[in-house]
Amino acid sequence: MKAKKKINWNYFLIAPSLLISIAIILVPGIMTFVFSFTDWNGLSPNINFVGLKNFAEIFQDKVFYRAITNNVIWVIMFLTIPVCIGMLAACLLLNRKKTRSIYQVAFLIPYILAPAVNAMLWLNVIFSPIAGLFAALRNFGINLSSPLSNVKTAIYACAGVDIWHYWSYLSVIYLAALRQVPTDQVEAARIDGCSSPQLFRYIYLPNIKSTVTLMFVMITIGSFLAFDYIKLLTGGGPAHATEVLGTYAYNLAFSQMKVGKAAAAGLFISFFGLIASAVYTKLSKSEEME
Amino acid sequence: MAATSKKNRIITGLLTHFVLILLAVICLAPILLVVTNSFKSNAEIVGSPLSLPTVLHFENYVQAWTTGKFGKGFLNSIKLTGCTILIVLICSTLAGYVLSGKRIKGSGAVLTYFMMAMTVPIQLFLFPLYFAYANLGLIGNIPATSLILAATYMPLAVFLMRTFFLSVPKELEEAARIDGANTSQVLWHVMRPVVSPGLVTVGILIGLQSWNEYLISSTFLQGEKNFTATLGFLSMNGSYGSNMGVLMAAAMVLIGPVIIFFLLMQKQFIDGMVSGAVKG
Repeated sequence: MKAKKKINWNYFLIAPSLLISIAIILVPGIMTFVFSFTDWNGLSPNINFVGLKNFAEIFQDKVFYRAITNNVIWVIMFLTIPVCIGMLAACLLLNRKKTRSIYQVAFLIPYILAPAVNAMLWLNVIFSPIAGLFAALRNFGINLSSPLSNVKTAIYACAGVDIWHYWSYLSVIYLAALRQVPTDQVEAARIDGCSSPQLFRYIYLPNIKSTVTLMFVMITIGSFLAFDYIKLLTGGGPAHATEVLGTYAYNLAFSQMKVGKAAAAGLFISFFGLIASAVYTKLSKSEEME
Repeated sequence: MAATSKKNRIITGLLTHFVLILLAVICLAPILLVVTNSFKSNAEIVGSPLSLPTVLHFENYVQAWTTGKFGKGFLNSIKLTGCTILIVLICSTLAGYVLSGKRIKGSGAVLTYFMMAMTVPIQLFLFPLYFAYANLGLIGNIPATSLILAATYMPLAVFLMRTFFLSVPKELEEAARIDGANTSQVLWHVMRPVVSPGLVTVGILIGLQSWNEYLISSTFLQGEKNFTATLGFLSMNGSYGSNMGVLMAAAMVLIGPVIIFFLLMQKQFIDGMVSGAVKG
C-alpha cells in the first residue's frame, strides 16, 4: 500500500524543460499553422479565415521561387565546398600530431565569432570599395565592384562568407571521427602497400561514413534555415536576388505585416525541415542500435 | 631508395604545411586587417587599406567604446547569455537524468519530441511568439528573451546531458539507493560530480551560441537600452559608417574577448562541438 502512495519525482524533473519547450516552440508552432489560414496582420483584433489564399498567393509569387532556388544553390554549395575543404584539412591534420592543435585553433576563429561581426568584417574590410581589399586592388588598377551589389553574384558572395565561417567546424568533426578509426586496420593496410588515397577510400571513409552522413543531413537542414549572413550582408537584395525562404518569411511578417502569409511561408520551410529531421531521427536511431 | 623516400616525405610534408598555412591565412587575414585598421585614422584606411598603421590611434578604441555603448551592451550580453546558460543547464540536467533510463512512462515519446524540436526552423514559431510577447509587454525584456534562446538550445543540451548520464555506471545509483538515498540526493551527491565535466561542455557550447545569436535577439531586444554588444555594434555600422578606424576598433572590442576566451578554453570548446556530432 505504501508503495502506491510514493510519488514518481521524475515527472517533476522532466517538467521544466518540457514546459519551456512546449510554451515557446510547440504552442506558437501550432498557432503558426492556424494563422497560415488567416489574414492576420499582427495588430488588428479581427482575424478572418481565408482558407488557402495565403498559400495560393505565395505559390504565384516570383520572389518565393527565387528564394527556393537560392536555398537549393545554398544546399549544393554547402554540400560540396566546405565538405571538401574540411575533409582535406582533416586528412592533412591527421598525421601532424605536433602542429595539429595550432592549425585547428587558427581555422576555428572565424567559426567562434558572431555572424554579425563576421558579416560587418567582410563588408568593411574586404568588399568595401572605399576602405577594403577591393579599394586596395583598385589602387593596383584592378577594378572590381562588390559581388554583393551584383544581382548575379550576390548569392554566391553571401554563401562564400558563410562558408568561410563554417568549414572549420566540419573539419574538426571529420578529424575527430578520423582519429577514432582503429589503428590496426590502418597499419595492416599500410603493410599491404596501400597508397594514401587508397587508405582514405578503403579504410578511413567506410569507418567515418556515419559521421559524414550525419553532417550531410545537418548541412541540408541548416541550408534551408539560412538567414543570418544573408540578412546581414544584403538583407535579401539587390532586387530580391539573395532572398531565401528564411528572409522571405521574415520580411513578410515584419516589413509587410502580412503575418498570415509569413506563417504560410514559415510552414513551408518547416516542411523541408521536417523531411530532413525525419531522416536525421531515423539515422541517429539506427546508429544507436548498432 | 631510402634517400628518395626521405626526399618524398619532406616534399609531402612541405606541401601539407603549404596547404594548411594557406587555409589559415584565408581564415585569419580579414581579422588581421581589422586589427591593423583599428589603429589607423579614417584617411589612412581610405588611402591605403592594407598598410600597417604609422601612428597608433588608440583614441579609436575610446571613441568606439562610447559610441557603441559597449558598457551597457556587454552588461546586456552577459545577462542574456548568463540567463540562457542557467536555464538550459538546470532544465537539461534534470531532463537528461530522467531520459537516461526508463524512469517515466512515455520517455520514448519525449525523446522523439525533442529530436523534432531540435531541427524546427525558428520561423515556425517566431511570428506568433513575437506578437504574444508584444501583447505581454515583453519586447526588450532580456530574461524573457533568454527563455526563447533556452528553448531553442534545450533539445541539443538534453541529448548531450543524457549521453553523459548514460555513461554513469548503473551500480553507482543502485548502491546509493540501497543506502536509502532519495532522487535529489542521488542527483546532487552521486550524479553531479560525475557529470560536471558535461555541464562545462554544454555550458560553453550554449554560451557561445547565445553570445553570438542574431535572429532572435535582434527581433526581441528592441530599444537601444536593451541592445546586446553585438546589436550596439550593428547599429553603429548604420549610423557611424563614416569613420572606419572607429568601426574597426569597435569590431576588435567584440572580437577580442571571444578569441581570448576561446584560446583559454579551446579543449572544452572542441570537445563540446565534437560531442554533439561524433559518437564514441
